[in-house]
Amino acid sequence: MEVGLNHFLFISAALFSAGIYAIVSRKNAIMVLMGVELILNAANINFVAFSRYGNFGLDGQIYGLFVIILAAAEAAIALAIVLNLYKTFANINVDEIDNLKE
Amino acid sequence: MFDIIFYLFAFITIGSALIVVTARNIIYSAFSLMLTLFGVSGIYALLGADFLAVVQIMVYVGGILVLILFGVMLTNKITNVEIKSGNRNIAVSLISVSVLSAILFSVLLGTNWKETNSQIPETTLFGIGELLITKYVLVFELLGILLLIALIGAATIARKEE
Repeated sequence: MEVGLNHFLFISAALFSAGIYAIVSRKNAIMVLMGVELILNAANINFVAFSRYGNFGLDGQIYGLFVIILAAAEAAIALAIVLNLYKTFANINVDEIDNLKE
Repeated sequence: MFDIIFYLFAFITIGSALIVVTARNIIYSAFSLMLTLFGVSGIYALLGADFLAVVQIMVYVGGILVLILFGVMLTNKITNVEIKSGNRNIAVSLISVSVLSAILFSVLLGTNWKETNSQIPETTLFGIGELLITKYVLVFELLGILLLIALIGAATIARKEE
């Protein structure tokens, strides 16, 4: 079977599922952040694959570039928040930090 | 040849992504995330997006991954060797994730995608550069400002209070 659009979408779906699993099941806040990165990469593969096989020109790749820039900003902010959490609670397990819950 | 390289990159990407989400040691997860990002970069190269592949390596591996490693080092006590990250609700999350991925894969296989095998240009640099200063110039500048704001905000949040 020749490699086509479906194969790339398959990889993207697998990465997306792995990222959702990391977000739902891991305790450590940094692991949750890694799950978010996996999901952003999955979305990016979809953008580039449709841009290649869908005859849309280069617009898909431009959006992929924008997603990478947003991921960089998101990682910086998220790690600052994680460091602050560690200063306040002395751990970063997301299931123990539930002060907003009554 | 294309197929063999594709399957190689697919194996690297998905295999190391599985290690990322299952490894007990968070350092192992961070380093397998690096392999995943390299695999994704190879997939971009296979799809004809040469500029995006290089940007992926420079920004993700050179920037975001180093940030994540800093985060791991600063928030765990390195002196006790076990930098473990526990799981919770494994059964529930496994079931929900497998249902979700079953839906995803069935939609993916059931849809009749219209494929046009367009000719990929020799390099996408000129096209991307031209689009960035014509059609997407406003988004481009706004993203620059957003990055500046995000970095200033991150420094403000993470700094010690006096």
